[in-house]
Amino acid sequence: MDQTRRGFLKAAGCAAIGAGLALPIGRAVAGAVVADPLPGGLTAKRWAMALNVRKCLQRDGCRACIDACHVEHNVPSIADVKREIKWVWKEPFKDTFQTEVHQHMDSALSEKNVLVLCNHCDNPPCVRVCPTKATWKRPDGIVMMDEHRCIGCRYCIVACPYGSRSFNWQDPRPFITTGIRVEYPTRTKGVVEKCTFCTERLAKGLLPACVEVCNKVAGRGTMIFGDAGEVNSEIVRALRAGFSLRRKPALGTEPQVYYIV
Amino acid sequence: MYDAGKIMTGLVVFLVILTLPFWYSGAMGKGGARPEVKLPEGEKKCVESKEYMRDSHMDLLNQWRDAVVREGKHTYVSEGGARHEMSLTNSCMKCHADRAQFCDRCHVYLSLNPFCWDCHLDRKQTGQGAK
Amino acid sequence: MLEKALHGSSRYWTLIIALSILALVGVAVYLKQLTTGLVITGLSRDVPWGFYIAQLTFLVGVAASAVMVVLPYYLHDFKAFGRLTILGEFLAISAVTMCLLFVVVDIGQPYRMLNLFLHPSPSSLLFWDAMVLQGYLFLNIIIAYVTFTSEKKGVHPPSWIKPFIILSIPWAISIHTVTAFLYSGLGARPFWLTAILAPRFLASAFASGPSLLIILCLILRKFTKFDAGDEAIKKLSQIVTYAMAANIFFVLVELFTALYSDIPEHKHHFEYLFFGLHGHNALVPYMWTSQILAVTALVLLLFPKIRTNFTYLPVICAGIITAIWIEKGLGMVVTGFIPSPLNKVNEYAPTLPEGLITIGIYAGGFLILSVLYKIAVAVREELEA
Repeated sequence: MDQTRRGFLKAAGCAAIGAGLALPIGRAVAGAVVADPLPGGLTAKRWAMALNVRKCLQRDGCRACIDACHVEHNVPSIADVKREIKWVWKEPFKDTFQTEVHQHMDSALSEKNVLVLCNHCDNPPCVRVCPTKATWKRPDGIVMMDEHRCIGCRYCIVACPYGSRSFNWQDPRPFITTGIRVEYPTRTKGVVEKCTFCTERLAKGLLPACVEVCNKVAGRGTMIFGDAGEVNSEIVRALRAGFSLRRKPALGTEPQVYYIV
Repeated sequence: MYDAGKIMTGLVVFLVILTLPFWYSGAMGKGGARPEVKLPEGEKKCVESKEYMRDSHMDLLNQWRDAVVREGKHTYVSEGGARHEMSLTNSCMKCHADRAQFCDRCHVYLSLNPFCWDCHLDRKQTGQGAK
Repeated sequence: MLEKALHGSSRYWTLIIALSILALVGVAVYLKQLTTGLVITGLSRDVPWGFYIAQLTFLVGVAASAVMVVLPYYLHDFKAFGRLTILGEFLAISAVTMCLLFVVVDIGQPYRMLNLFLHPSPSSLLFWDAMVLQGYLFLNIIIAYVTFTSEKKGVHPPSWIKPFIILSIPWAISIHTVTAFLYSGLGARPFWLTAILAPRFLASAFASGPSLLIILCLILRKFTKFDAGDEAIKKLSQIVTYAMAANIFFVLVELFTALYSDIPEHKHHFEYLFFGLHGHNALVPYMWTSQILAVTALVLLLFPKIRTNFTYLPVICAGIITAIWIEKGLGMVVTGFIPSPLNKVNEYAPTLPEGLITIGIYAGGFLILSVLYKIAVAVREELEA
């Protein structure tokens, strides 16, 4: 349904209620409410990400993608682990892939850290449990978050098998130490947030902030972001060529962040 | 009814006090003080007419919010056909750069405290945890 | 009818004032939470649900247990519960009210709470929980009001109320089932991922709720002229015995499956709960207390002589309430989060403000209960005078 009609129906609905109460509840919108995507935006059938773990580990200790993301999105740096907010960060391989490790595994892999972020699952449990549709899966596969809608019940955090979601236990602004980036909003206390695969950048034709900076510092192919719904896209070719893992595949969530090992 | 006289008198006094602001401004021949907003210099035209924006900017902003966040649509085509990026900070606040002189004038007058600013930033108060 | 709550002894008013003070302290601390955020609680990134949601879970059980008096009385015409049903329904009203308040204090943006109804999401169990709890509150208010006013007038309740009463029976089961489903449907949390959770919740509810009711009856008997009757209280103690036996059996069944199968992700949670994990053992003493209390209480209840002794019975009942409160109010929720999906152990303990808000809600609930019971007692005294 297009915006005009929706606006009209909304207004009509409100007017029907308002008429009875003689209150100006519903105000019709100006008329031409046409909303297009921006020209030049990146689109896909199914956005996905592949991380080349060995390549990433060559730059052990690199935080370029984490810093780029957190600056881009005004993610606060909260020292207290209990209140932390993070969109992308590193975790030990052995904790990330608990069922995959064994005692004879190459410790250059099992003892090292890998990048973790929202998996943008095909079958996301967070979306299933959200009582207000504040989080949902877009047609292009991105699991999106509407912090305006979120009531802060934290059910999505409870349902996420990956610990990918953070809650604002307090006003985050005092903890944004790098200076607030005006173009992107901060969050308010009491809402959940997480990685969005940079929908706002994709809309403008830009790659996600983490991928863009990784391409610069580590070279192309370390973080691959692309259309998993396209048979010959870079990401699909990379996944076909190497062996890759996904986190907790047995849960049936169909994560769309792949780890090439 | 017991004490009808007293009750009626009380009610009348109550109603008079309740409606006093209207009587008062009527008797004085002018309304109370009205907020004066400072319009941006240079730019003469908003995305929609002045009247529409004054009455319905909150509805428009809600619609923009849903279109951008929930539907991934970013361009607004105004009644006159002009195209704008739907963004509070990156469109509205580019012209209305001074929130204190514009938004707050009416909001304070009406004792409104919109939640927009808990997250969105106006360009002048960057980094101050603007509230 | 409410005017009956305005005339009482000084003892009654002391109770009312004390509860009001506690409730107001709760409100004041909640205002603090509202302005600073949930940072004033002990909740964390790894343990996002704690005391508030656990109390909700426990109290849904108390509310649901009203069915244990409604069902025998209305379906089996068990006359001895005649005076008790109104107490059970009033307890349900007060418990559901507390549940709803615990939902409110737990969420981060209570101003937006109406989004639950503006954007209804049937795929979310939280949506259903809010629905069934409100429905249950509504049912109990209607039923209690109609049957009680009829009783006061000395007439039979109108026949149209019967379907509501019948409906309230499965509805009571549903509120606790849906509350269990909040947890048991999540692949992310192996500790809760068990079909026994809903039955276990119901069994523990049918033990703790009637236990509370027994204590309340004995208090009323001691301080007022309201006597629920020996037979009714004895029958309740029997219900508690059966429910407690079922509850302990369910716990053992769960332990067997988790421990014998030896699957690490299931086992770790139970290890944390009963023995501690990686040196973290905050819950261990509480859980053993709970289990020892539960078993001791059950053993004592098995002897009819002890069960029907009204000096021992309230003590045993208090033991059962404590055991189940620890199990559901502390252990059940928190342990689901430990270890975390990323194998971290970040323990949880409620903070003082969190405790005060919790106490405030309980005080508010018991305030409602006191007023309702006061009315019930006053009407009963009038009828018998």
